[in-house]
Amino acid sequence: MSVVFFVCGGGAIAAVLAITVYMIACGFPALTKIGVLDMLFGTVWAPTAAEPKFGILYIILTSIVGTMLAIVIGVPIAVLTAVFLSETAPKPMTRIVKPAVELLAGIPSVVYGLLGILIVKPVIYHIEAAIYAGDATHQMTGGANLISAVLVLAIMILPTVVNVSETSLRAVPQHLRNSSYALGATRVGTVFKVTLPAARSGIISAVVLGVGRAIGEAMAITMVAGNSVNLPLPFNSVRFLTTGIVSEMSYSSGLHREALFTIGLVLFAFIMVINIVLNTTLKKAGEE
Amino acid sequence: MMNVKGLISAITVIAAAVVSLASCGGKTTQQGTVNMNGSTSMQKMVEAECEVFNETYPNITASGQFTGSGAGLEAVAAGSADVGNASRALKDEEKAKGLVENIIALDGIAVVTNKNVAVDNLTTEQLAAIYTGAVSDWGAYGGESGQVVVIGREAGSGTRDAFEEILDIADKGAYAQELDSTGAVLTTVASTPNAIGYVSLDALDDSVNAVKINGVEATADNIKSGAYSLQRPFVMATRGEISEQSDAVKTWFNFLNSPEGQEVIANVGLISVK
Repeated sequence: MSVVFFVCGGGAIAAVLAITVYMIACGFPALTKIGVLDMLFGTVWAPTAAEPKFGILYIILTSIVGTMLAIVIGVPIAVLTAVFLSETAPKPMTRIVKPAVELLAGIPSVVYGLLGILIVKPVIYHIEAAIYAGDATHQMTGGANLISAVLVLAIMILPTVVNVSETSLRAVPQHLRNSSYALGATRVGTVFKVTLPAARSGIISAVVLGVGRAIGEAMAITMVAGNSVNLPLPFNSVRFLTTGIVSEMSYSSGLHREALFTIGLVLFAFIMVINIVLNTTLKKAGEE
Repeated sequence: MMNVKGLISAITVIAAAVVSLASCGGKTTQQGTVNMNGSTSMQKMVEAECEVFNETYPNITASGQFTGSGAGLEAVAAGSADVGNASRALKDEEKAKGLVENIIALDGIAVVTNKNVAVDNLTTEQLAAIYTGAVSDWGAYGGESGQVVVIGREAGSGTRDAFEEILDIADKGAYAQELDSTGAVLTTVASTPNAIGYVSLDALDDSVNAVKINGVEATADNIKSGAYSLQRPFVMATRGEISEQSDAVKTWFNFLNSPEGQEVIANVGLISVK
């Protein structure tokens, strides 16, 4: 039986190795052909021009800024939801809210994209039209811009962060809370000064998972981001690393296609770095 | 008497059989290759035609390379390809090299706007100004004032390639949204007030307004007559007339003009020239 376990574990490692090797083998040639600086720090993406340009700086920045904003918006909401579920919610409420959050996790990303198109985009378009009315220098995006993408991403990371945070909050021993109450602390004071710090490592790992989900998401934001390569300003149409690959893969050829693989390699490197950095800080935070 | 009669009828039957065998043998034993080179825009059509052709004529191999219209025509002129695919009319200097322009199909693009846009006619100059970002308000063209939401296709798309090539705005397009399918363009234009987009003619539907270009409506008839300007020919150029080509190449062109070949052209969304 232990052989079976070994084979299953080996399969996972083989998959990781295969993906790593494949990404480097496919993504590296274009990087050397185009030039590392021209590609990573170039700002013009014109892959089919007579003199093609493959600058992906704005695409990289969009992925970083978009993910950060989604975390900034999503994480506080998610953590407070977890506090509500584990600390303050009456039992009947928990029975309704918890399954709802868990259901949210199971919704396919394309559905979030549809909701983005139907709800977020029109609302943002109204705001955009009001702000930039008559401003000829602004390119009207029709609601497909960074804000819409960030809002959709923020909602998408909610269930992941809520579920993991709640589990770690529930794992905080009851005697810690009781000691706090015995010292005369209020319920809110206990949550912020005792329970949340005690659950810190679990909440950080929830954020890590949230970042991973946000930076790797493609389908939903393809539908609401606009997909033009621009600086990641709130009302600009933007392209993420993921959507850059998705939107142009079908008809690309030659160096253009290789460059898309390089975008994949950059995304892969990002996710690796984020995982390593957050995991080490997470361990430190947990040990303190 | 009986024997003679029997002999004659036997000979007739055998003769008929030989003739019919010979004629059908002429079709199946035909051998050769058709090498094509040229336009990437024509890749979809050429590959679809090759697939059906190679099934129908197993002994002839038709295949294409897709390196661009100019390169394809040069290859035919130099004799390294039998057929040069070009998604534009031939230039005079190319015709001077002995290349013959055989127009196989027409590619038409319709310009669509959201239903709230009152502008129903644009000149090609006005359209180019919108798509390069020089003009950004419908008020400039007599519509109700409102900023244009410029929607297009992703880099690499044949429709975008054709649109920018015809308007001579290649790589100057300033898009607010770059979508990766015709359907996405239609639904986004339909749901976004003040939006403009472009789709291949066969995808046009009632959810959006179709804009007249230079006063001409986007219909298959207007494209055939040449009145509608957002169109380009798909040319399969040969060195000298088709009648001077190898049997394999002649068969290829006969196939393109046959009902099967024409059906493929319609299936990939192009307009037949027949």
